[in-house]
Amino acid sequence: MSDFAIETTGLVKVFGEHRAVDGVDLQVAPGGVYGVLGPNGAGKTTTIRMLATLLKPDGGSARVLGHDVVTESHQVRSRVAMTGQFASLDEDLTGLENLVMLAKLYGYRGTAARDRADQLLDAFDLTEAGTKQVKSYSGGMRRRIDIAGSIVVRPDLMFLDEPTTGLDPRSRNQVWDIVRALVGAGTTVLLTTQYLDEADQLADRIAVIDRGKVIAEGTTGELKASVGTGALRIRVADPADRDRAGVLLAEALGGEPVTEKDPYALSLNVSSPGDVPAALVRVREHGVDVSEFSLGQPSLDEVFLALTGEHVADVESTDSEVPA
Amino acid sequence: MTTTPTSAAAASMDAKVREAVGSADRPEPVGPVASSLIFTHRALLKIKHVPEQLFDVTMFPILFTLMFTYIFGGAIAGSTGQYLEYLAPGILVQTVVMITMYTAMTINNDIKKGVFDRIRSLPVWRPSLMVGALLGDTLRYTMASAVILVVTMLIGYRPPGGVAGVVTAVLLLLLFCFSVSWIWTLLGMKLRSPESVMGVSMMVLFPLTFLSNVFVPIDTMPDWLQPVVEHNPVSILVDAVRSLMVGDPHGGSILQVLVISGVLVAIFGPLTMRAYSRKS
Repeated sequence: MSDFAIETTGLVKVFGEHRAVDGVDLQVAPGGVYGVLGPNGAGKTTTIRMLATLLKPDGGSARVLGHDVVTESHQVRSRVAMTGQFASLDEDLTGLENLVMLAKLYGYRGTAARDRADQLLDAFDLTEAGTKQVKSYSGGMRRRIDIAGSIVVRPDLMFLDEPTTGLDPRSRNQVWDIVRALVGAGTTVLLTTQYLDEADQLADRIAVIDRGKVIAEGTTGELKASVGTGALRIRVADPADRDRAGVLLAEALGGEPVTEKDPYALSLNVSSPGDVPAALVRVREHGVDVSEFSLGQPSLDEVFLALTGEHVADVESTDSEVPA
Repeated sequence: MTTTPTSAAAASMDAKVREAVGSADRPEPVGPVASSLIFTHRALLKIKHVPEQLFDVTMFPILFTLMFTYIFGGAIAGSTGQYLEYLAPGILVQTVVMITMYTAMTINNDIKKGVFDRIRSLPVWRPSLMVGALLGDTLRYTMASAVILVVTMLIGYRPPGGVAGVVTAVLLLLLFCFSVSWIWTLLGMKLRSPESVMGVSMMVLFPLTFLSNVFVPIDTMPDWLQPVVEHNPVSILVDAVRSLMVGDPHGGSILQVLVISGVLVAIFGPLTMRAYSRKS
């Protein structure tokens, strides 16, 4: 028996001609948050669905909490929980009815089921909404009731599939708080996300997935180091000056200037952010007007660019969304 | 963990979530019967929240009974009163068998909404979702049966088989409908949208209920058609139900209905479960 919470070897899932997951190797240690980062259609959801025993792999093997996901799926199911991209509760029922139903299915009997449901509603700030039908909930409320449904009995491992996609910042922060509380209580969390920022906030280690393959793995620090500490983005006042600005910045800061679709915009990965002000002054001195500039953490697009040489947008156009 | 909760509200939420999550309760998951009944309860709660869905088990039966009695009655049996004697058991079977197709639409909706994923990842007996839903549907079929019986009796039908005959007839009908519903659970899982589910089940149910002895005796049909109609399971069911309601139970057709029901579950039960486990 392995010591990993999740261990996959050469995991494959094929939909028709499309190899949605194409040989994924993952090793996730118990405790903490493990992030799986990638654009739409990269194979994140398909991978998670195989690990949660909702989908049978076409190749390779996966062990979750020491159990094979195919031959010992029942043991896996009794110890993991999954929250998908969409609220998976009965929309016609109230939040309370949904939670009581789940509590009963997990074996809480009589009033214990109701007590557990009330406790969860209170913890997730949904007591008031508890008597309303789930279809009337906002996006953030749905996500919370969905997560509450997943922890009726505390799972040893929780899969969260893009838990904050489409949420407003306040709801997103609430979900993040919930994830931290889960980890604090001893649950291992595997989280997929399209946002490097989210992985950075929550995850201890990250795997970057593209076209069904893991293309990078490591701590957030290691990953960011691979793309430089940050990215400098500028917009020039006159598109004709863009190339000249790129050359000047590259001389001062090192790195390769990258032009964007926007004819005024330019970006550059920077390893020493302290040199940026001087470099901008130099550009100005050479008569190039800069209308905007920002220095930030590399975006997912830049991580991708660094790892694959392609923009996320290019990847998306050649890859389709995973069937639900 | 690099950051701390940003506000007092978050901190209090965090503490409560920790407490809720920290609960070490790990009750034994429920058994197959209990989990099926929990899903039946869910179906009943849905009726409570969306009572419109009872339309098909109330208005549909009333319309059918009145329409067929008064339109065909005179032509087929000489008078509506006499025809009712023949039609009442038939219309009961036809109407209730027709409304079984809503089972497929419910299942299809559950898949779309993601409820399926949640339930499939629970450590409970896997068929219980379907069994529970079908038991809930059985309650709807019972309501439809009651509506038809009340309507036919209001316009003059007096079942010679008495209460015992009627109750046995309805029980047999419910068993048959429960078994037929496994075809719809399979369809509900295989087809893409509620609309296509509706289309396909109509295509199956219309010939099945009309190419039968529901409205007219088989010996009035052309020779080539008679064997088809005779072997139609709906005809056999109508025979059995009619015999029970008349008070002259026909053992042969009753036995056949039991066998057909068993065979339907034996074939479509496992096929449904296979589709359920493989559903991506």
